[in-house]
Amino acid sequence: MASLDSTRALGVPPPDPLTGARQRPMRISSAWLRFAVRRLASLLVIFVALLVVSFLIVQLIPGDPAVGIAGANADLADIQRIRAELGLDRPIWERFLDHVGGVLSGDLGTSFMYRQPVSALIVNRLPFTATIAVTGILVVLVISVPLGMLIGVLTRGGRRKWLDVAFGMVTGFLDSIPGYIMASFLVVTFALGIGLVPLFPPAYTPRFGAASFVLPVVAIAIGPICTISRVVRREMAVVLETDYMRTARGWRLPALRRHVRWALPNLLTTTLTLSGLILTGMVGGAIIIESVFALPGLGSGIIKAILDRDYPVIQGMVLVIGMITAIINLLVDVLLGLIDPRTLGGSHVSA
Amino acid sequence: MDEAIAVEVRDLEVGYGWGGNATRILHGITMDVARGRTVGIVGESGSGKSTLAKALVGLVRPTAGSVKVGGVHVSSARGADRRAMRRKVQMIPQDPYSSLDPRRTIGEALAEAVDPRRAKVTAHRDEIVHWLETVRMPADTIDRYPHECSGGQRQRVAIARGLMIRPEVVIADEITSALDVSVQAEILNLLASLRRELDLTMVFISHNLAVIRHVSDEVVVLYHGDIVEQAPAADLYQRPRHEYTRTLLDSVPGAPGFDIRPRPRKDAS
Amino acid sequence: MTVGATAIAVVLGVVLGTGVWLVPPRIREICLRVIDAMVAFPGLLLALVVAAVLGAGGSSAVIAIGLSGIPYFARLTANLAAKVSQQEYVSTARLLGVSHGRIAVRHMLPNMAEPLLVLSASTFAATLTAISALSFVGLGVQSPSYDWGKLLNEALPSLLAGRPFQMAGSAALVILTGLGAVLIGDGLAAAANPRGRTATARSAAPSTGPDEAVPASDHLADVRDLWIHAGGEPLVKGISFGIRRGEIVGIVGESGSGKTLTAMSLAQLLPDGLTSTAARMSIGDLDLRRPVAPALMAEAVSLIYQDPGSTFNPALRMGGQLTEVLRTHKGLSAQAARQRVLDALKVVHMTRPEHRMKQHPHELSGGMRQRAMIATALAVEPRLIIADEPTTALDVTVQAEILRELKRVNSEFGASIVFISHDIGVVRALCDRVLVMYHGEIVEEIAAADLAVETVRHPYTKTLLEAAPDIDGPVGGRPGGSGDPEHAKEHSHG
Repeated sequence: MASLDSTRALGVPPPDPLTGARQRPMRISSAWLRFAVRRLASLLVIFVALLVVSFLIVQLIPGDPAVGIAGANADLADIQRIRAELGLDRPIWERFLDHVGGVLSGDLGTSFMYRQPVSALIVNRLPFTATIAVTGILVVLVISVPLGMLIGVLTRGGRRKWLDVAFGMVTGFLDSIPGYIMASFLVVTFALGIGLVPLFPPAYTPRFGAASFVLPVVAIAIGPICTISRVVRREMAVVLETDYMRTARGWRLPALRRHVRWALPNLLTTTLTLSGLILTGMVGGAIIIESVFALPGLGSGIIKAILDRDYPVIQGMVLVIGMITAIINLLVDVLLGLIDPRTLGGSHVSA
Repeated sequence: MDEAIAVEVRDLEVGYGWGGNATRILHGITMDVARGRTVGIVGESGSGKSTLAKALVGLVRPTAGSVKVGGVHVSSARGADRRAMRRKVQMIPQDPYSSLDPRRTIGEALAEAVDPRRAKVTAHRDEIVHWLETVRMPADTIDRYPHECSGGQRQRVAIARGLMIRPEVVIADEITSALDVSVQAEILNLLASLRRELDLTMVFISHNLAVIRHVSDEVVVLYHGDIVEQAPAADLYQRPRHEYTRTLLDSVPGAPGFDIRPRPRKDAS
Repeated sequence: MTVGATAIAVVLGVVLGTGVWLVPPRIREICLRVIDAMVAFPGLLLALVVAAVLGAGGSSAVIAIGLSGIPYFARLTANLAAKVSQQEYVSTARLLGVSHGRIAVRHMLPNMAEPLLVLSASTFAATLTAISALSFVGLGVQSPSYDWGKLLNEALPSLLAGRPFQMAGSAALVILTGLGAVLIGDGLAAAANPRGRTATARSAAPSTGPDEAVPASDHLADVRDLWIHAGGEPLVKGISFGIRRGEIVGIVGESGSGKTLTAMSLAQLLPDGLTSTAARMSIGDLDLRRPVAPALMAEAVSLIYQDPGSTFNPALRMGGQLTEVLRTHKGLSAQAARQRVLDALKVVHMTRPEHRMKQHPHELSGGMRQRAMIATALAVEPRLIIADEPTTALDVTVQAEILRELKRVNSEFGASIVFISHDIGVVRALCDRVLVMYHGEIVEEIAAADLAVETVRHPYTKTLLEAAPDIDGPVGGRPGGSGDPEHAKEHSHG
């Protein structure tokens, strides 16, 4: 318990109760090494889990999957063909090994609908989803962090109550609008224009290029901007009350320097820790938004595949979307580690 | 088994971690607490005194050695036996603000001590009021919530809760360090009178030598997980034998050996 | 439907989240890792997988969304449970022999109820969105049934055709229901808390007061008739004192006596919402009742704080922090500032100063950080050092060393020091003169050498002296045993 006592005295937040038993001396290089090893291990675990889940999708279909897949109008030959294609006539472990082998060699099977390799379909669609998700995340961070800080500074110590209330109401309202409704609303206002100038195309067409991404990115970013700027605002209030900010005031450092150089790094750690989930959630949001704007990305692809019962495509896309989220998660953690090496020790999901 | 010994600690070791990361907090502590006596344990941060307290009540499992209370091993019992065992040792926690459940009244908190199963206030009202009076609290406190009480009052309630099931031994872990000096004085006075009235057996842990001195019959000095000195209180304060005990005593402002006049000294490195 | 899905998520989530705290630590860690991995995934993806397996339809959408909500809820519950189970009342209950199940029901759940209700409400809103989103993309409710998402879906073509109003109704309903759920959750949470809300009225006003002719004095700092108010309530009630050059003045008192506020107003660092007025408040020729240029202020006063664990910025290296004030206000280059801080660190006997500059605050011990703080206080060569309980958080042996450094800084560099403490023994040992504060007033001003029960005049000072447990004299004596001080009653029965 001495080590616990001393960490507390040293001002390190009490260790995560989950990992509290693993006290260790902090040396930067070894901390990064441990971090890399642990995160690679967890990426591997996630990958295996995704393999199993994507494999199980077909196995868990109630009844005879082949019958279910072929649909009501299929004849026996169709069913036989599907059964052979899915390898349902072979024992389960053999099929699983096949699945794993296929995935590892980059072969994700062949789409029922398009008669194309699934990997090719995914490669075609991936850029759209990636563009929306990555741009969206960047937009969210670039807007919400300064906004939250500004509001936090302006309302510190209970001043400007009205601003606090107004900020809470506006963000609360925007936040409770589901992304797809926001998307439709944006289409109405900016694309079709109720008498307004149609600024942006309502749906994706190759001819408009980058402009077609503007509305989807806005639609996907507004919700998280509200949530995260509220988190930042609250955290800013906490940070402003801390002793080290008082120290900075005691040293009479100029306001901008105090807020940017002293508050921001600490703010970012807590904010990123809290909003890592929200950022990965944006990948999920992208799935729905894509359908509104008819973007040919992974999201609209997987929904179409589910409706079409195109199982190889579903399996492939679940795998790919899952890995994308895992990688975004990892990036958030790396960023956190760069800002504050102490975060390398624990898990980042702790609200 | 000596009847007069309430707590028997033998070669107690506590550590965390495995292999290269292992840290040992306590290295072979051996001590006894005689029935009806108070042993003060003093040490600075990192000395292992809180770990020792946790090992005494069984919240921390020893890696080696044993802790016996009333002749029974603290950490070996299981299930219902363990719950019965646990009631023999009670702990008065350090922080008056987290030691009482904020959602339950003082009465409910004390009722839980009397009857951990049902914890009904009405069934034990007389007993609760009696104990509140024992710790010099008005009887109407029974219906109050912890946030309506001051730090000193909460600490009195915590003391009542620790004593009312008449445990073999009470562990008091830094129970006055969160209080103002005048409140601390009241709590120390209260404990001093309760020791006589109830014939308490107590282990009193503190970083404050002066506080320890006012309640203890015997003092144990801990330093980095080892007992460096163990002596009757009067002897220890008059004639400290170990170098560390002397340093500790001389560091207390107002002590005869205390001196903060600048003295030449080399930059240690 | 939404209710069903929310119920699945909430009930299973809470059971899982609380449950992991009742199983052995090893299993708990594994469970939490699994939940962590699952949380990191977009719930919608999980929902899509379930929809893929069960086929598109209403009930599969409910199950899908419900299942996908479990990890999130379980994780949050587990976090809350972690916090609650660390509370001392939980471990005390365990010692009293209360069983695991009863601890969960009696202590853990009630204390988590508030955030859990808020969470349930927001989960309800999120579930509503998710289900309608599933229906919107055609994976939820199938014809001929309807829900909002489906209505919206079918309205989309008409919207693209330029008739947006068909959408407006159902869109508004979805939003309103979501908002409503969140508000209801907040209300429930407020009602579940036995501690009512305390309204904090705060105001900020400039600190001006009636002027008083400037008295000539040998005082470095001079304070006349200082009042500090929070809202309408006075916290410091018209106190006056002076500090001579090279003097160490102690301010002693218990919590709430106003000693820290007094010092902070002297440093122009009163917390938000507090206002101060004074007839005179100056350090040298600086009038502290008006805003003073930061650079002048930085050279006039240096501060040393109570808790060395939190006074330094945890995200920055020591070197950058310690040199910041010199670079900002003295206009020194990074190199010159660094050299100056290194010298100051050597003055306060910091071990391996070059190495310390590269470390983060958490890598230093409390004593070392307090030395570093004193070093920066020295580096700017201030006229006055205000030390607010600088040794309270330290071990007694470290405290003696820090007191020694302060004494030396005072005698070698001639800086005046205001030393605030609740410990009358420390103050007596270090200071030249002592101000005793009680409830916002200075009740006694006395030379430190005269601090003894026999010589002090005010009963409160006497009480303080008696209450302090002493290190010599007969063992087993009772601190404060000679009287039953009046203020002590206020403390315990107030």
